[in-house]
Amino acid sequence: MTDRLKVERKRILDTNTLILLGVLLAVVLIINFLANDYVKTIANLCGIYVTLGLSMQLINGFTGLFSLGHAGFMAIGAYTVALLTITPENKAMNFFLEPIVPFLENVQWSLLPALLMGGIIAAIFGFLIGAPVLRLTDDYLAIATLGFAEIIRVIFTNTQSLTNGALGLKAIPKYSSILWSWIVAFITILFMIFLMEGSYGKAFKSIKEDEIAARSMGINLFKHKVMSFTFSSFLAGIAGGLMAIHLGTIDPNMFRITLTFNIILIMVLGGIGNINGTVISAVVVTAAMEILRFLDSSINLGFIKIPGIPGMRMVIFSIILMLVVIIRKDRLLKEN
Amino acid sequence: MTMSFTEFMQHLANGISLGSLYALIAIGYTMVYGILRLINFAHGDIFMLGAYLTYYAIVFTSIPWYIAFILAAVITGIIGFLLERIAYRPLRDAQRITVLISAIGASFFLQNFATVVFGGRPKAFPIPQLLNKIVNLGGVSINIVTFIIPAITIGLLIGLNYIINKTKTGMAMRALSKDYDTARLMGIDVNRIISITFFIGSFLAAVGGIMWGIKYPQLMPLMGSMPGVKCFIAAVIGGIGNIGGAVLGGFILGLGEILLVALLPGLTGYRDAFAFILLIIILLAKPTGLLGEKVTEKV
Repeated sequence: MTDRLKVERKRILDTNTLILLGVLLAVVLIINFLANDYVKTIANLCGIYVTLGLSMQLINGFTGLFSLGHAGFMAIGAYTVALLTITPENKAMNFFLEPIVPFLENVQWSLLPALLMGGIIAAIFGFLIGAPVLRLTDDYLAIATLGFAEIIRVIFTNTQSLTNGALGLKAIPKYSSILWSWIVAFITILFMIFLMEGSYGKAFKSIKEDEIAARSMGINLFKHKVMSFTFSSFLAGIAGGLMAIHLGTIDPNMFRITLTFNIILIMVLGGIGNINGTVISAVVVTAAMEILRFLDSSINLGFIKIPGIPGMRMVIFSIILMLVVIIRKDRLLKEN
Repeated sequence: MTMSFTEFMQHLANGISLGSLYALIAIGYTMVYGILRLINFAHGDIFMLGAYLTYYAIVFTSIPWYIAFILAAVITGIIGFLLERIAYRPLRDAQRITVLISAIGASFFLQNFATVVFGGRPKAFPIPQLLNKIVNLGGVSINIVTFIIPAITIGLLIGLNYIINKTKTGMAMRALSKDYDTARLMGIDVNRIISITFFIGSFLAAVGGIMWGIKYPQLMPLMGSMPGVKCFIAAVIGGIGNIGGAVLGGFILGLGEILLVALLPGLTGYRDAFAFILLIIILLAKPTGLLGEKVTEKV
């Protein structure tokens, strides 16, 4: 009897996942020790987008709640990390219009607690927003979460003594090591795999498949929705924090819906509800976005100069997104 | 905090004129949503195209401005029709989220396409002399556009009301939005009706875009994104699917924004958040909007 149970039990980490993780680990280590700064920057961003893509999958792909609030949660994480890590001298320099609120004036944390705090504050907001908003369904939820992200951006633009308003924050200490981004990414990948195999993951999936059926099976819809939303916000907050230390400067206008759009693109290309796919598509899309930057700026071939066309890159990416959606329409939401 | 009566009237007039613009754009959202249950995220960008096409028609051709206005609105209507053909029709039977993602893609495509073709630098909208007059009404000086906008809006609303309630096409639209499947079984040509809906919605958005250009004469490729989201909110506040609701929501939002800034100048920076906060409050209190009907889910 026990033997049969053992045989029937599915391995949580299947071979494909292990190969993918192994290859990624090797590539990241090689890049970290051998590659130049340009490649490192791209690899760093890839890691951040892996976390973001998975966090988007959790709420949209697995739980089926169409949330467009990612940019807002990232902004919360990014500002938290920035305000906790910038040195007091640099804070005084940043806040020349209005002095910073006293309780943040002399704070200086190291990176790990600051990142965690960024995630926690984003999660608290996710919980507070989610509790009322998750009663709404599909489109209404999408527009309400989009609205929430916009409100965050507007608030951050106006709270001069807390966020330095439209001027943004500069001189965020650059812990530029790509290892940080990728350690978070690997933890997120494993977390997602184990979460989705466990009872919570099964509950999330059942909510996506059919809410009414899930409810009749005794799943507490509201609790699980809020939980998924809060986890997802936590991850988005951490990724936002990583983005802040990667860039070194942040301002409210970075966190527009365009950012959320990029993450949706990663999720859709990776296959909705597909963890391995998301990891690969996060890496490919992010690298392609960076490499195709030449489309926006002019190219000098020595003998001829091709003028760049600003916006061309995003035209191409939006066409790709629409083509994928239209071609894969029926399989888009099915699990692979 | 004192405000003279004339000042208040000025703000009121401004609020009504902004409200009518919002109402015009919100109608397009609500008509499409009523039939397809789709947030046409690209609607705000259609509005932007309407304004840009007018700019090019006036600046680069010698046709009179009123013909340019009509021409631009009709071409924008055709673009709306094409948008549905290309981005939404292939997904007619797919899940709603899939179509929503396609709509987001279409919106970003139009925005970036506009950046590529029209350039990212703001352009000054050419305002016809006739429409750019300041009139003095009992001590209140108001630009004549402030009155023209609501007047045109009311005219278009009367026309729309006629189409929807008195013509066969309008009857088919109402039938489709009441019960899509049954209406289709009754022999309604769904594709034709949806195409007409997109044409009308985009035409109205273009008129909104032109009047927006006259009121705020600065064109940018991203100019449609904020008004677009706000007008969707207006449609939701009024009860999505309901044209009267969209108009009501548009006016509430337009008046609310202008009066918020006028009465509480300290909150000026939060103007763009007003719509979203109002949306969240109304959705939580009355999830189907002010004039929306209650929908029960069938198992």
